[in-house]
Amino acid sequence: MKWCRLAASILAASLPVAAQSDAALIAEMQKLKGAVAAAQSAGDNAWMLTSAALVLLMTGPGLALFYSGLVRKKNVLGTMMQSFIMMAVMSLLWAAIGYSLVFAPGTPWLGGLDFAMLRGVGATANSDYAPTIPHLTFMVYQMMFVVISPALITGAFAERVKFNALLVYSVLWAFLVYFPVAHMVWGRGGFLNAYNGGVVPVFDFAGGTVVHITTGVSALVCALVVGPRRGYPQEPMKPHSLVLSFIGACLLWVGWFGFNAGSALAASSLASSAFVATHLGAAAGAVAWLVAEWLHTGRPSALGAISGAVAGLATVTQGAGFVVPFVGAVYGLAGGFVCFYLVVIAKHRLGYDDTLDAFGVHGVGGIIGATLTGVFATRVVNDALKLANGDAAPLGWVDGNGGQVGNQLIGAAIAIGFAVVGSWVALKITAALTGGLRMEAREEIEGMDLVLHGEEGYNLEA
Amino acid sequence: MPIKKIEAIIQPFRLEAVKEALNAIHIEGMTLTEVRGYGRQKGHMEVYRGREYQVDLIPKIKIEILVTDARCEEVIGAICRAARTGKIGDGKIFVYDVGEAWRIRNDERGESAL
Repeated sequence: MKWCRLAASILAASLPVAAQSDAALIAEMQKLKGAVAAAQSAGDNAWMLTSAALVLLMTGPGLALFYSGLVRKKNVLGTMMQSFIMMAVMSLLWAAIGYSLVFAPGTPWLGGLDFAMLRGVGATANSDYAPTIPHLTFMVYQMMFVVISPALITGAFAERVKFNALLVYSVLWAFLVYFPVAHMVWGRGGFLNAYNGGVVPVFDFAGGTVVHITTGVSALVCALVVGPRRGYPQEPMKPHSLVLSFIGACLLWVGWFGFNAGSALAASSLASSAFVATHLGAAAGAVAWLVAEWLHTGRPSALGAISGAVAGLATVTQGAGFVVPFVGAVYGLAGGFVCFYLVVIAKHRLGYDDTLDAFGVHGVGGIIGATLTGVFATRVVNDALKLANGDAAPLGWVDGNGGQVGNQLIGAAIAIGFAVVGSWVALKITAALTGGLRMEAREEIEGMDLVLHGEEGYNLEA
Repeated sequence: MPIKKIEAIIQPFRLEAVKEALNAIHIEGMTLTEVRGYGRQKGHMEVYRGREYQVDLIPKIKIEILVTDARCEEVIGAICRAARTGKIGDGKIFVYDVGEAWRIRNDERGESAL
């Protein structure tokens, strides 16, 4: 409808030119410009609200199904709840203060309190971040990232952590790790912000550093501090339903289009580019993991295929909107092979129990993605960063800016530092407040569903 | 006439064939249980993200049928023909003497309770 009206007004404006004075023409042109901007804003807003919903779909049901299928059936509900509760708690935390601490003006390390309780966050766009969509849309889109982040970590300590400890840890983690790192990379004036007055410019399109490195490394810290499940690795602990995991992984793949293509913050050609790069990353990740597994164990498994796709997606996240779309496949291959090696071969030699491989997939994939983005980021795809003369600035090594690899590694190192220290402190405080992170031995044997929630996932005789 | 209990442990995917074979010789009742176990077949290996699991106990179906002594051989033959694939894992049949049979509904006992 908008376009019809637009066409009509163009006709009306162009036909009686001779009869109109210059002033009337200028007024008409202004009106047209306004109409074009409104149409673009409507299109962008539609895509960004859709993307926000897609990113929420990644946590529940995506991640909840993916993770809960990999645990034993006595823990299926408890594991689903670990993801689901983030949709509630993190959303409230984000609206109350998290959004402000990340995106309000503040110090290079943390934002201020201007947007606390969503004060001043309304229909008007925030031109620092997304000039064509309502500020509220940008806020709620970013909310979905802080929802999925602590949910990703839960894979590391699945099947053994108390529910109250999970809640306290996740909230502390948001303050100590996510809010500072997200502000540094994406917030105006952040230390690592490439566009808005940062010191070390880091290109992180959709959260390879902000989400995947922070959560993956925090997951490793959690696995080491919490300790392995009782009986690991002697007792068998088979995934109870790869069917659930399969559905969850496919939903993650779909939701990731919102995560990555949505990070263009507009329904733009850049979103299309990121969309294709993301898809090729997932595809190549699945192929890489399967090939490695086929060679290593003799069989290509369903769990291997979906794990590889998720590894490819985690890896391509950082570069999705900076690289030529086909390079997404390079990210996927690298992520698939390296994550396979870490999860299937190295982890068992090292002996830690990162139960659902949150570190092996997200941490490792995130670090690979951060590095590759220093190599492959190019102004051919993303020309938002300008030189003083108005030309697009060279981004990565392929543009002749070899130093960007170093910048990316500094960004990754800072994120790793925050994740290690922040998670460790958060775990210690949580243990003190909740009287221990883990369930009792007897409770762990009985399972989270009965002990923590008083329910069972499967009442097939009912 | 003495009563026998025939207990057959078979491959789950042969169940329909066995039921048909028993129907064909007018055996009209059975009790069926999903069981797990192993004999010479042993189990198989499963691998999840590099962790190997030896699965010993594999799913089988246990069928229990009560018959008169006179029909015992015939029933065993029908089960064997229907359940046999010729590979390890086809299962086993055990036969027991039954002391008494009782129909709860009307107190019939012995052969007439079958």
